[in-house]
Parts: sequence; C-alpha cells; structure tokens
Amino acid sequence: MILTIKYFGQIAEITQKDEESLTFSGNLISELLDLLHSKYSGLKLKEFQVAQNQELVTLDTELSGAEIALLPPFAGG
Amino acid sequence: MRYNRHIILSEIGQEGQDRISKAKVLAIGAGGLGCPILQYLAAAGVGTLGIIDFDTVDLSNLQRQVLFGTASLGQNKALAAKERLADLNSDITINTYPEKLTHKNAIALFEQYDIIVDGSDNFETRYLVNDACVITNKPLVFGSIYKFEGQVSVFNYQNGPSYRCLFPNPPEQGAVPNCSEIGVLGVLPGIIGTMQANEVLKIILGIGQVLSGKLLCYNALTLQNHILKIQRSEEAIQSVLKDKANFHKKHVEPVNCALEPVSVSITDIKINENIQFVDVREAHEQPKVEGVSVIDIPLSELEDEYINIDPSKKAYVFCQAGIRSEHAVERLEELGITNCFSLIEGAAEINDYLNAQLEEKPVKS
Repeated sequence: MILTIKYFGQIAEITQKDEESLTFSGNLISELLDLLHSKYSGLKLKEFQVAQNQELVTLDTELSGAEIALLPPFAGG
Repeated sequence: MRYNRHIILSEIGQEGQDRISKAKVLAIGAGGLGCPILQYLAAAGVGTLGIIDFDTVDLSNLQRQVLFGTASLGQNKALAAKERLADLNSDITINTYPEKLTHKNAIALFEQYDIIVDGSDNFETRYLVNDACVITNKPLVFGSIYKFEGQVSVFNYQNGPSYRCLFPNPPEQGAVPNCSEIGVLGVLPGIIGTMQANEVLKIILGIGQVLSGKLLCYNALTLQNHILKIQRSEEAIQSVLKDKANFHKKHVEPVNCALEPVSVSITDIKINENIQFVDVREAHEQPKVEGVSVIDIPLSELEDEYINIDPSKKAYVFCQAGIRSEHAVERLEELGITNCFSLIEGAAEINDYLNAQLEEKPVKS
C-alpha cells in the first residue's frame, strides 16, 4: 500500500522532511517503524507516538491507514 | 460597558459574562505562553487569576513575552505580570506565587482553582502539572511549543485522557532541547497561548467543542493544522492515582538542560581538532574509519588502554553496530572519563557520512 508519513518537531529534523510517500507491504505499525529506523538511524534516540489516520495507535496495531504521523513531545513555553 | 462586546453575543450574554467573572484560573508560568493566556483571560474578566512563576524577566524574553517592558527587567515574572494585568483590569483578583511549583505545594494550590493552564517550559513541570490535575480532578489546558510548531489539548476534562495517556513518561533528560537552547519564533507562543485562552473560555462558558481527547498540532510555517485523536488510558490514570498519598513527598531531580545524551548521531557532532574518535572493535574488524584521527582500544583492553584518551577533549566512541560503544561509554564513565559519547552508527555508516562531508567541501583549485 502507499502510505503518506508525516513528521513533526525534532522527527522532521532527522528525516529532513515534513512528509513523504512510501510503498510498504508489511502488516503492522511496528514493521513500518523498523523500516523507518533503518532509513533514519537518528530516530532511535527520539521518543515519539504514532498516529494512523489521525488516531493514536500502538505498535501492534495493524496497518490500515493511508496517513501515518510520527509525533514527538514538546515542552517549550 | 467593559464587557459589552461579550454580552451582545447571544452565545455569552450577561449570564455567560457572570460565569467568567466567577471563574478561577491558575496559570503555570508567565512566559511566552503565559503572557498571552493571562492577557486575554484578564481582559475577558476572569474573576480570579493565579500566576505561579519563580523566574525573573530577562531582556531575551521581550521578543515574545508581551506583558513585560524594559521597566520589568530583573523583576519576578508573576509580580511583573500582575502589575500590567491590574492596570488592564482592576475588577479582577490576581494572586501571585513568585515561587517554583513543586510536588509539595501543587495540590493545595490547584484545589483553590477551577481550571489549570500550563504554560511551563520543561517536561518535569509538565508531568507534575498533569499528575496534580489528575489527583485534584481539575481540567488542564495544555500548550507547548518547539521552534515553529505547537501542540494544544485539554486534558483531564470530563473523564477525558490526560497528558500521560498521550506520552506516558517524560523523555530522557536533554533529549528534547528547550526554547532557550534552540530558539523559537516570537509570535508562535502568542498563537498557541491565545488558543489555550480560547479553550479556557469555552470550558467556563460551556460553548463549542472543547479540545478534549484530541491533540491539535500547529505549524506556523505551513499553517497546517492536524487534529489527532487520543484515547484515555486507565492504566496511565491509575498509575498517577495510586501514588496520591505520597505525591507531596516526591522529589524530582532538577533537569539539567545542559546534559547531553550519552548516545549521539555522527550527523549531530561538529568535526574539528577538539574531538577524538575511539574505535572499540577488535583489531581485525573492518572497515577502518578514515579521514579523522582514531584511537584504537578494543573493548577487551579498555581498562588498560583508556589512559590514551585525552580527557580534555570530547571522545566519540564507535564500534560495528553501536552496542559495544554504549558499554564502553558506561565503563569509561566509571573510570572517570565523563566527556565521552557513544555513536549510534557503526563504522561503515560513519565512513559513508565522513566521505559525503568531504565531498561537499569545495575544492580550491
């Protein structure tokens, strides 16, 4: 399936882009993350949550969505 | 007359304005977010405003902290904010707490207010505010910023999720830089803080849709908004509540923003003569890293050979896959070499990166 992956905050700095399209054949969110970790080694150091079709999901969730977002916490004020 | 433009709105009216004047709202921090939050809530006539901030006004704050002027420099922010807000609206009560929010004072303070608005600037305080809101059952209007991006949500509202349902635990110290380290667009906290003030007024008035169970992500450069749904996690809420009795005794070590993470990426370091690389692989392992000076100390010989590392320079330790280098850094720290970091990349990736860097440099003809 073709996925649109959106990156926020420090994650976008590591990937050097806000968004990209990927063709991916895996089944789980965790498999997609394995791929992204191998593509962007800096991700290993960062904490983030994953949303699928605008909804927060866990790593064992099945990939069903067209849009995935990687969301890090911010603390600035 | 002061509130005429509110009262003529059918959605607010005199009844709504009376609700605003009876409301009690506590702002955590009177900084980039706190200033616009407080300015609009005071102007709107929120009857009791609390401001807690231990910090003082610095010249570098004036780029975005719009309640302060040069006359406020050096003053406590809670007190300086009150001075401006009392002039803006003398009909309201403003309580100031020129001190640090702690586990010891949070519960008693939060109990005196209806709504808590978080404009703090560090994870330690944000988790403390969240947990104290869960324990005292107060709605938390959350906003935070990073460079050109902001996040807004309302937590702990009518059995909705809390901040821990989104991010269960704080990131490691030093993993996320703050505004003073990395910078922030001055108008961004103005936008995000104003959105927080808007959520506060919606909660007080009971109008519109409160941003509960959702996280709004705003990007000032693209003007894109994303609203993501968050589920309540009973596990996260209970983990806070079960600790209720001991909450006031908790002491969290102050976060030292200058702390660097022990693991770093080669792409984040500045390559110059003041750093050194340490290869902890065995002598036969390939490829060798070239183009920079490397000290070879196999992990098995670390204890005998570590004296070859110059303690006055930062040492970046690497291996084949980033695992042994982590162990080496732990051991080196025990041996008293504290200025050392483990590279997450292996030797092959480091070589690729260094080669690409060399190619990018213009060649003089």
